[in-house]
Amino acid sequence: MSIVVENLSKRFGTFQAVSDVSFEVPTGQLVALLGPSGSGKSTILRIIAGLEDPDTGRVSLTGEDATSVPVQRRGVGFVFQHYALFRHMTVRQNVAFGLEVRKKPKAEIEEKVERLLKLVQLHGYADRYPSQLSGGQRQRVALARSLAPEPKVLLLDEPFGALDARVRDELRAWLRRLHDEVHVTSLFVTHDQQEAFEVSDQVVVLNHGKVEQYGPPQQLYERPVSPFVAQFLGQVNVLPMKALWNPQAIDLKHIQEAFGSDVLNTEEAVYVRPHDLDIHREPNTRPCWRGRIERLTPLGGIVRIDLSINSDERLQIDLPRDQQLALSLVQGDDVFVSPRSFTPIGPPKQIPGDAAGTFYTI
Amino acid sequence: MASDHDQTGEADGINRLSASKWASLPIGRWLLMTVVIGWFALLILVPTIALARQAFAGGLAPLGRAMASEEFRQAFGMTLGITLVAVVVNTIFGVCFALVLVRQRFWGKTLADGLVDLPFAISPVVTGLMLVVLYGPDGWIGRHLETGGFRVVYALPGMILATLFVTLPFVVRGVVPVLQEFGVDQVEAAYILGAGRWVTFWRVTLPSIRWGLAYSMLLLIARSLGEFGAVMVVSGNLLGHTQTATLYVHDGIEGFRPEGAYAASLILAAVSFFMLIGMETFRKRLKASKQS
Amino acid sequence: MASVETTRSGGDTGLPDLVLRGMTLGYLGWMVVLPIIALGFQSLVAGPQAFLDAVLDPQAVHALKLTVVTALVMVVINVVMGTATAWVLVRYEFPGKKVMNALIDLPFAVPTVVTGLMLVLLYGPSSVLGTILGTYGFSVIYSQPGIVLALLFVSYPFVIRSVQPVLLELDRAEEEAAATMGASGWLTFWRVTLPTLAPAIFTGAALSFGRALGEFGSVILVAGNQPMKTKTTPLYVFGEIESGNKQGAMAVSLVLLALSLGVLISLNLYQRRWSLEDGK
Repeated sequence: MSIVVENLSKRFGTFQAVSDVSFEVPTGQLVALLGPSGSGKSTILRIIAGLEDPDTGRVSLTGEDATSVPVQRRGVGFVFQHYALFRHMTVRQNVAFGLEVRKKPKAEIEEKVERLLKLVQLHGYADRYPSQLSGGQRQRVALARSLAPEPKVLLLDEPFGALDARVRDELRAWLRRLHDEVHVTSLFVTHDQQEAFEVSDQVVVLNHGKVEQYGPPQQLYERPVSPFVAQFLGQVNVLPMKALWNPQAIDLKHIQEAFGSDVLNTEEAVYVRPHDLDIHREPNTRPCWRGRIERLTPLGGIVRIDLSINSDERLQIDLPRDQQLALSLVQGDDVFVSPRSFTPIGPPKQIPGDAAGTFYTI
Repeated sequence: MASDHDQTGEADGINRLSASKWASLPIGRWLLMTVVIGWFALLILVPTIALARQAFAGGLAPLGRAMASEEFRQAFGMTLGITLVAVVVNTIFGVCFALVLVRQRFWGKTLADGLVDLPFAISPVVTGLMLVVLYGPDGWIGRHLETGGFRVVYALPGMILATLFVTLPFVVRGVVPVLQEFGVDQVEAAYILGAGRWVTFWRVTLPSIRWGLAYSMLLLIARSLGEFGAVMVVSGNLLGHTQTATLYVHDGIEGFRPEGAYAASLILAAVSFFMLIGMETFRKRLKASKQS
Repeated sequence: MASVETTRSGGDTGLPDLVLRGMTLGYLGWMVVLPIIALGFQSLVAGPQAFLDAVLDPQAVHALKLTVVTALVMVVINVVMGTATAWVLVRYEFPGKKVMNALIDLPFAVPTVVTGLMLVLLYGPSSVLGTILGTYGFSVIYSQPGIVLALLFVSYPFVIRSVQPVLLELDRAEEEAAATMGASGWLTFWRVTLPTLAPAIFTGAALSFGRALGEFGSVILVAGNQPMKTKTTPLYVFGEIESGNKQGAMAVSLVLLALSLGVLISLNLYQRRWSLEDGK
């Protein structure tokens, strides 16, 4: 394990930023800390870097307790959201800084700076100042600078947050490739689930300073342990079980089989992803709700359909464009909707039936 | 965000726009400009020219004689010496205190922040009196120093203290906003890259605040060269003995030895003019560094 | 962007930080606080009666009145001319603008004694201008207008330098919006621009007022130092020190000090409120 965080807590005044957080980052992996703003993700990163002291808890880096090691000697690389490049230094001087501070021989520094600038594809820019570079270029300089002293782990704090959408996409793909090349254990903070999914091997989902769930992205998406994770990772329809308690609306047999016969009287809710819903003109043998199309929003390859059931429950459906055309759906149509699968909430053992399956089909 | 506050509004487009907007009547605009520029000329330029004219009225010979006098040289030497001490001490204090104010949190910080401004508000004469009260022969501190044979008031140490007092706020006030804008990101980056506090200060923080620091140091020097009231009270103004350039000017006029006063004033005014050019340069650099 | 997780909690609080803090606060206390306490203590130690006697001395009272009145006259002129100057410098183009902009700070750089000398040379009884003014029975030097003139010179930059940056940053959109709604130039200025500038103008006015209360070097040469006529409070204090009346000097100094501190503190409070309203 390259990074081990145990029972970390941190309070700012009356605000509990981090409470009892533990997780591990395996060597060589790229792990994302994902959460909404205020969830404590940046604080955790800063504690690991040594920029912030935890109130309680331990941080270990490559097997050694680093909790009281000063920031200068932790051997971490850090990439800031706003780059934090030294503005009065050239690109070359920026990258060389960490090596000069360590009093490395001149030749070695020069050779290494060259190599790193090539790695981040900026070899022609060595004598420019940060102000003469674009945002994406600056962030690549920041990355080269943080890699120069050969850190044990690399920490990135919303590294693409300050960039515009297109550059961000490019840099994400590039970071992934770079990581496959350099293989330095990396932990990066983001509030963008898309980014976490695209780049990382594993994701730590944080909320209110606590770890909600930790695992590979696909697992989090398909098996969220809490409503928060289900809702934070992509769109999801939340339907209270009570709303389904309408014999005309749905064939309940399958649901009762799946969740137990008393489930419909509880406060439980079911979670359905918008792309896990089918639409028909007529009821068929599958369980279905009757609904009315309130709104159609074409989004390129898919059409987003806002549907109302029992006039007070709302559903959102993402339907492939060709299906919408085939059914010639328009606003105001009465249709039948059937879920292809529900997104089960909670640890896998609570899910009845085939626990190993990723989709829970009724 | 701080970077949004760059004073970039001097762009030509804005100026051209305004010409047609507010003063839609060209007459009103010309009137305003004439009044403003006329006021500036009358208040600032004409008196300066009057001094230069008067100083050169008798030709260069009286000026030269005045400058050659022992008294004159001693007065300027004293002023330069005091200024040097004030610059060194208050620059070090100013940078350190600005760092404390911007990067630390502690009880009473707002009070300390306000106390720094006091020397700007206190009359120089009152400053002098306070120092006399404290360091004079029967003052709280002066009493003990006097028995040890060390004179503060009516001697050089008192004049240095007075100058330190009046120039205390400049560097703090000049550096604090630059340091705030600078933030801590680059400092943290340097720490993570392995640099200690000392290295980080010299290689990262100081280069980033240099223009703001240089600008406020010039203001400090200008104030120190020109300080009169406080120094006059603490010096006791013994002729020739403890005299600075400004005291020399005052004595020259009071003592009907005007050539010396004119010569010294002319030099002081010329120096302040050059410092003004320096300030303008530093201010431009500061602005440019903010925009990048 | 000031989310809780990006702000640094306690800042650095290592030993070097504590040493730095202790030393700078110590210097501040020794240099600034201690002399003020000493003055306050020594001027009151002789008892309230002695203090009141010294402060209520007719000459002292007159000096204080004169100081406040001349400062107020200066502030009024300065507010109008300073705002106009800032306006012209920000919004108009004319040859020599850059030079003028740089020279605005000249009064900050020129020693006050030199200022006084300049004014004496220009307006004094032996100068051309002084003679002309004298024939019309109007004297500047050694009379109250001279004091105002000196104060105007030394505080010239304050209003300009506080208004200028605000004017530069002023959202033109507001003015343009007013103009599109049909507001005339003057109306826009009075209803939109001036209220935005008001805090900056007030700051400049307070700074010049504070400066004027304590001004000594330029006034001493210009005023002629006549009791009950041209002796301002700083001159009065100086005179009392010279004549050995330390008690009188200390008492009046304390009043002057309180007045300047009052200006400084109210300015601070005002700026805090203003920046709060501004949402900064």
